[in-house]
Amino acid sequence: MDAYLITIGTLIVIYAITVYGLNVIVGYAGQISLGHAAFFGIGAYASALLTTKAGLSFWEALPIVILLSGLIGIVLGLPSLRLREDFLAITTIGINFIVEALFLYVPYFGGALGIGGIPRVFLFGIKLKGMAFFLLCLSFLALVIFICWWFTRSWGGVACFALREEESAAASVGISPVRFKLLAFVIGTMMAGLGGALYAHYMRFISATDFSFPMSITFLSMIVLGGMGTLWGPLLGAVLLGILPELFRPIVDYRILFYTALLLVMIRFQPAGLLGEGSIVRKWLILKPAGGRP
Amino acid sequence: MQLFFEQLLNGIAMGSIYALVTLGLALVYGILRILHVAHAAVYTVGAYAGLFCYSYTGSLLLAFLGGMIFCSILGVAIERLVYYPLLKYPPYVPLIGSIAIMLSIEEICRLVAGPYILTFPATLPFPEFQLGGVTISSTLTAVYVITTVVLGLLWFISTKTELGLAMRATSQDIPIADAMGINSHAIVSIAFVIGSSIAAIAGILVGIYYNQVYPTMGTVPAYKTLALIVVGGLGSMPGAVIASMLLGVAETLLIGYADIPLPRDALAFIAMIAVLMWRSEGLMGSK
Repeated sequence: MDAYLITIGTLIVIYAITVYGLNVIVGYAGQISLGHAAFFGIGAYASALLTTKAGLSFWEALPIVILLSGLIGIVLGLPSLRLREDFLAITTIGINFIVEALFLYVPYFGGALGIGGIPRVFLFGIKLKGMAFFLLCLSFLALVIFICWWFTRSWGGVACFALREEESAAASVGISPVRFKLLAFVIGTMMAGLGGALYAHYMRFISATDFSFPMSITFLSMIVLGGMGTLWGPLLGAVLLGILPELFRPIVDYRILFYTALLLVMIRFQPAGLLGEGSIVRKWLILKPAGGRP
Repeated sequence: MQLFFEQLLNGIAMGSIYALVTLGLALVYGILRILHVAHAAVYTVGAYAGLFCYSYTGSLLLAFLGGMIFCSILGVAIERLVYYPLLKYPPYVPLIGSIAIMLSIEEICRLVAGPYILTFPATLPFPEFQLGGVTISSTLTAVYVITTVVLGLLWFISTKTELGLAMRATSQDIPIADAMGINSHAIVSIAFVIGSSIAAIAGILVGIYYNQVYPTMGTVPAYKTLALIVVGGLGSMPGAVIASMLLGVAETLLIGYADIPLPRDALAFIAMIAVLMWRSEGLMGSK
């Protein structure tokens, strides 16, 4: 495969890992988050700092990065216990702006210059780049999808679904909103941290603007497009929104307009996403084998 | 001391402009419970429409009128075509729709008018004042007077007229308001007309105040005003005005005097999180 395709593929896989994390928070637990890029950024900056300033290798840094992302996820998930829906949405936007501002204005984080010279990933003494790094990301994605699949079948996942549908009813049958909302936040932000770490070691240069609010919107668009709360929706969304900008490179001037117009049409006519409940694709997939008409 | 007063006056002007934009947001949230992020895009369009009318006719009055009419049409179109059909879904659905509208309109402005900063070479016909060595420029006077007039009109409409009564009824409960013979859909549209017209006024004032009109001028207000309606108490109009004034003054004074390692735009969100932790219904909200 040529380098161009591998580059796009690697980025799509890294975004997909992060978007699966968002799907746990928004799709499974029903807690709207518009600041997911902040956690993606926290993972990226943590890994970049640990490997460039503390001299750890990627593999030594990774557990610390994931634990740290989860920990910050708990702290920043605390508002979700007090706030609902609209308040929570605005608070997460605020978190995104504050985290980005900290990256940009605190000299330790490299300020406006960002952090460069992030080392590549080594595995068994072999430097991973191109195809090899793509495969590494792909295996992480497989792991993340497996965890999501396992989560939806576990007690924790079922409890989250119940909270999403009706919080007070769920609480009245003994499901602790505090415990399971935070659980969803921790799992989601850990996945974002993993995605961020992979992103930092792939780009090898990061700056605060990579993790700004529009990135959060892109992540959210991916699950909205694919289908919120479904197992394969986030992957489909990441692939579609990852490929579309490349396909529309010839009309580069109208690209963002096309992108946002697509999001608008999607949310207006298919708010459950391509694979969600009651969507065109799902009707077609269910009716086709049965010989019915879509 | 003179510098302090000048900063204070600028801060009040900044706060007035925030208040004008935030009012529309509070109005829409009060009635439809939708976070109307695209309101900031309406404000950008208002500035462009005003500039367009001004450069063709040379009349500021026509510029304000043209901007208000154009923005009203845009606001009602957003409400009819996107928000109203999405009301039955969870609140994040219209919110994402609104963000998509916001970004699309920004892009359309960039494609139509170009990505560069346009100047708004107009002076508002208001007098200049000298107060103990501090000059209040004609633009500042205009901002104060126009804001006061708009706030006064809005207060009058919402408390003294039948339309205001109908709007308050609709914001409390749409089905019951319908049952009482109020055409709630029309009321919702009127709320959008009022909010969008005020946004157009704010856009034109900002354009003249900074002498700049550019496609992304709405980006920062879009999210800052969200923080402001939370601080004021979601849907509370007096709260929105107080929060905007406080933020405008605090931002200007902090930039002038305190050496904080944060950009001024993060301040609104820090204030918001602090208020939410202390009083989750906002300054003037009701539980």
